[in-house]
Amino acid sequence: MKQRDGMTLIVKTVTRISVWLILLYGIYIILHGHLSPGGGFAGGVIIALALLNVMLAYGRQFIDRWVNIGFLHDLESSSAALFLAMGILGMAVGGGFLANFISQGKLFSLLSAGTIPLLNIIISIKVSMGLFVVVWTLSVFHLDKGGKEE
Amino acid sequence: MILPFIIIIPLLAAFLITLISGEKDNWAIVLSILAVLSLLILALFSFFTTGDETFIYEMSGWKIPLTICLVQDALSSFMLVIVNLIALTSLMFSISYIRQYSSPWMYYALFMLLITGMNGVIATGDIFNLFVFMEIALFAAYALVAFGSKAEEYEAAFKYAVMGSISSTLILLGVGILYASTSTLTMANIAAELQTVNSQVTYWVAAIFLAGFGLKSAIMPFHAWLPDAHSSAPAPISSMLSGVLIKALGVYAIIRIFYNIFGAPAVFLTLFMVLGSISIIVASYLALGQWDLKRLLAYSSISQIGFILLGLGIGTKLAILGAVFHILNHAIFKSLLFYNAGAVELALGTRDLRKMGNLKGAMPVTTGTSMIATLSVAGLPPFNGFFSKLIIIIAAVQANHIVYAIIAVIGSLLTLAYFIKAQRYGFHGETEITEFRQTISLGMKSAMIILAVLCIVTSLLIIPGIRELTLDPVVTVIMNKTGYIQAVLGR
Repeated sequence: MKQRDGMTLIVKTVTRISVWLILLYGIYIILHGHLSPGGGFAGGVIIALALLNVMLAYGRQFIDRWVNIGFLHDLESSSAALFLAMGILGMAVGGGFLANFISQGKLFSLLSAGTIPLLNIIISIKVSMGLFVVVWTLSVFHLDKGGKEE
Repeated sequence: MILPFIIIIPLLAAFLITLISGEKDNWAIVLSILAVLSLLILALFSFFTTGDETFIYEMSGWKIPLTICLVQDALSSFMLVIVNLIALTSLMFSISYIRQYSSPWMYYALFMLLITGMNGVIATGDIFNLFVFMEIALFAAYALVAFGSKAEEYEAAFKYAVMGSISSTLILLGVGILYASTSTLTMANIAAELQTVNSQVTYWVAAIFLAGFGLKSAIMPFHAWLPDAHSSAPAPISSMLSGVLIKALGVYAIIRIFYNIFGAPAVFLTLFMVLGSISIIVASYLALGQWDLKRLLAYSSISQIGFILLGLGIGTKLAILGAVFHILNHAIFKSLLFYNAGAVELALGTRDLRKMGNLKGAMPVTTGTSMIATLSVAGLPPFNGFFSKLIIIIAAVQANHIVYAIIAVIGSLLTLAYFIKAQRYGFHGETEITEFRQTISLGMKSAMIILAVLCIVTSLLIIPGIRELTLDPVVTVIMNKTGYIQAVLGR
């Protein structure tokens, strides 16, 4: 990694520490989606922001070197397909599309509410990967239009 | 129960296409053709088995009004058949047409999302759900309009996106007001509750919806985006947009909301007639002046939507029959005309009528089918367009709207005039064309031939025995007005 990639050392150091906290917060929001405000979408956005934070601090080349964008893209598409699969499973098992076919458990415990936490996780993958790939694509698009790689 | 599959199949296909497609588009083509073929079969099956009945599908195993429900009646089955029929021919046309662009597999994924959105709008019985599916279809449409990645295409897509967002905002506002005053989002429940709510609410919301859905269906004062968007999109997408999107998102939603929820208030029927006649006449005049073939067709779409709206506004049983029949007919012949324009553009590299010439010898299928489509849209017997326009005009006379009948006749003559221009310059001109950029593939030819045959075959729907099985149940659903409440809620 060359020093001139991305932002200053201060930003990089802060990012290195804070990105894990942001990720953790995102995961908390996703896993407690059925208990407290938030859920798959909000948590997914937070996770995408953590990744974008890294991209901003370290530069796009860093992301290109460490992350396979094609894989993120596949992850996004398969999570959407997985969501549909859950829906069809609900149809097969429990009487309607997206029916909640797993036991609902005890109210307000972490492992409760049947399929809802699972769907939250699937949505979070879809949202985080989707949002991240969108912003990444925008940064590539800038190059297409004749901008210079720095 | 087939209703959820109408939405699941294209959505699943869209995501599978993005998953399995590499650089080549072979799998994307196979998957999308399979998906649309199965959708067409499902739609035809539901159309011929529904009759006068109404089937409800409640999602997640909850009951109305807590759940999102899907409603299958004659009207929605009819629209599903139109959407998926045109989608199938459009895909056949796309296979070789779309290979001129980069990453064709993305096109198929977006195409599947477009179908998801339209099928969802048609199948849903929940007004917010309708809004969501409408947005899915629109976002796919914005991307597809810009698919060619040229400056003018981006401009058209951007204009479409801006105007589409304004209308969506209006619609969302209307949905919000309805929810605030009725505390429910299920359309049948809204209709039931509205009868007890101050009628001012109905009028305000209906006015907002008229602007919102009027923009989606490109009725005359709200039409500015259509000529740009429909002429810039790739030809198969132009045919999807002009043929079915403005009907599924615009006209169908208007019918469902104004007839089945609001019970067709008289003042709005008058407005439909006025706006419809403005669309017929002004759009025809604008079409007369166009030299860009696809732009001419786009203006023609506005004018034909005017005919449909006029039929809806007159509101008698016969007029509704004419409007419903014209929805089907316009989808068929306008899609065919856009395929013709696409084929010519592919072969000659131009859409300018002045640069075209005599194509009779070199492109017999395109020229022949374009002649059939022209005769249909201009309303000459025995083609389908003649019957639907005739019914609308007769209905106008019967309902003592002589002025509107005369406007419809003049509009019909103007339609003939600008299509004669298109034929004269575009397909039967003096210049002999010898150089062709590309040949027209079998898939494109068969798509055109199928629709040309349908232009004649669908005239048979007017024969009483066949009409009672096909068009009459659709008219019954619309004429039944708020009988929709009883049909959906069963009380």
